Amino acid sequence: MDAIRTTGLTKYYGKARGIIDLNLSVREGEFFGFIGPNGAGKSTTIRTLLGLIKPTGGSGVIFDKDIVREKHDILNEVGYLPSEAVFYTGMRVRDILKLSAELRKKNCIKEAKNLCERLQLDTTRKVEELSFGNRKKVAIVCALQHDPKLLVLDEPTSGLDPLMQREFFSILRERNQEGTTIFLSSHILSEIQRNCTRAAIVREGRMTACNSVEELVKTSAKRVVVHGSVDPQELPGIRDMQQVDNGISFLYTGDMNALVRMLAKNHITDLTVTEPDLEEIFMHYYQDGGDAE
Amino acid sequence: MTLVKHELKQGKMSLIVWAASIIFLMVICVLLFPEMKGEMDSVGDMFASMGSFTQAFGMDRISFGSLLGFYAVECGNILGLGGAFFAAFCAVTMLAKEEKDHTAEFLLTHPVSRVRVITEKLAAVMLQITLMNLTVLAASLISIACIGEEIPWKEFLLLHLAYYILQVELAGICFGVSAFLRRGSIGIGLGIATMMYFLNLISNITEEAEFLKYFTPFAYAEGTDIVTDVTLDGGLVALGLACGVLGIVAAYWKYCKKDIK
Repeated sequence: MDAIRTTGLTKYYGKARGIIDLNLSVREGEFFGFIGPNGAGKSTTIRTLLGLIKPTGGSGVIFDKDIVREKHDILNEVGYLPSEAVFYTGMRVRDILKLSAELRKKNCIKEAKNLCERLQLDTTRKVEELSFGNRKKVAIVCALQHDPKLLVLDEPTSGLDPLMQREFFSILRERNQEGTTIFLSSHILSEIQRNCTRAAIVREGRMTACNSVEELVKTSAKRVVVHGSVDPQELPGIRDMQQVDNGISFLYTGDMNALVRMLAKNHITDLTVTEPDLEEIFMHYYQDGGDAE
Repeated sequence: MTLVKHELKQGKMSLIVWAASIIFLMVICVLLFPEMKGEMDSVGDMFASMGSFTQAFGMDRISFGSLLGFYAVECGNILGLGGAFFAAFCAVTMLAKEEKDHTAEFLLTHPVSRVRVITEKLAAVMLQITLMNLTVLAASLISIACIGEEIPWKEFLLLHLAYYILQVELAGICFGVSAFLRRGSIGIGLGIATMMYFLNLISNITEEAEFLKYFTPFAYAEGTDIVTDVTLDGGLVALGLACGVLGIVAAYWKYCKKDIK
């Protein structure tokens, strides 16, 4: 069963584009990445899936339940971590966690205690006294304490220090191994590459690619770093050329034989040809309109 | 009931401050009455001869020398206006504050239907208004007992009932308005209450403006009319409550389909 499936999901804010014709499929138990820069439609997708906004077209289901008609049932199974965690002023952390559990009609005391210990969260403090990072921790506990079947995370690590980020992803991996589906929206590509099995790239409201992270990285583009005296200007298929120490670095999508012939004509001292990292793939999809090869 | 409890906790300080302020002013007025009672004959003549001002506040129809007359005008204005402001403030912020304070995302991503959110928030508004009125009523009764005056129960309770209905109506209207707002709700709520108060004053001044009484709940909560007739205008009360219900229906209609930003 798909944890999330959208068919032609579209959202316009008046005339402004939110998302257009989004066909997304996240399988149950997957650790799924959702990549795109600010304004690409990531948050719109999440807010539509969670029923905060209504789609203007298409449809979506979470665990086979309609995102519009069966919103209440869906939210019972979902934990959501927003990009900006805001809570009611005047309340202490423990009161927020209690309120969240009561709204779910669940007793989450044990799991909340465990998560607070792991994330080093002081539950006696008032939320308005907390730093951005600590507010994020409160949101993490709220999203996880009821042991949801699906976790929807929107830019989850902003504000968390590296040690906390490591602990957070460790918790996520444990949950994922226990069967929780994780939908991770982020523009930090290393996070996606390290943790996700599949990912989708969204650009200007449309999905431009969706595949396993491994396959996404395997585009026809290669990162070529050449040291020595090389001038590959006339060679078609070269992009993102940068000067490096005693040489050049570029993304190459052209004919590999042509590249080798060109290099043979020059005096080179070193050559490396590697798969580009996800960051570069991301730029590739954004600069070229994204043909996922 | 989770949200009702939550809202009551959130609004506790505001309720205490509003109720304490109204009680303080009303008790001061009541405690001053014995001292002013002897001077009221001459003061009453003066109040009765101030033309439009006299008509606006209905001071030509009651005696300031009686506790009831004094209470209907002085305390009535305090509870009428203060209570209306509290009800409007409480109701107009109730739904809008979630988006204004960016807490809507937290609340509405829990398995709580929007209908339940609206219903529990409305219940919290009405409970706060009821609590405020009950404490004001109790404080007034105690203060009247303290000055040794006899309590004219029927008129007294009718006055308080009228102000309570006024607040419920205003709360219903402002609750409806709240569903349409994302920010700046307090000014709009207090503005509605103020406008309705002045509509009533204008409708009292001239017969040509009397039709305005159909647009303001202050018309059926006119203290001088209530103590004179010892009844509430059923037609105006029904119209007022219908407006309040309309506001509540609008809140359900709008908030259930609203995009949360």
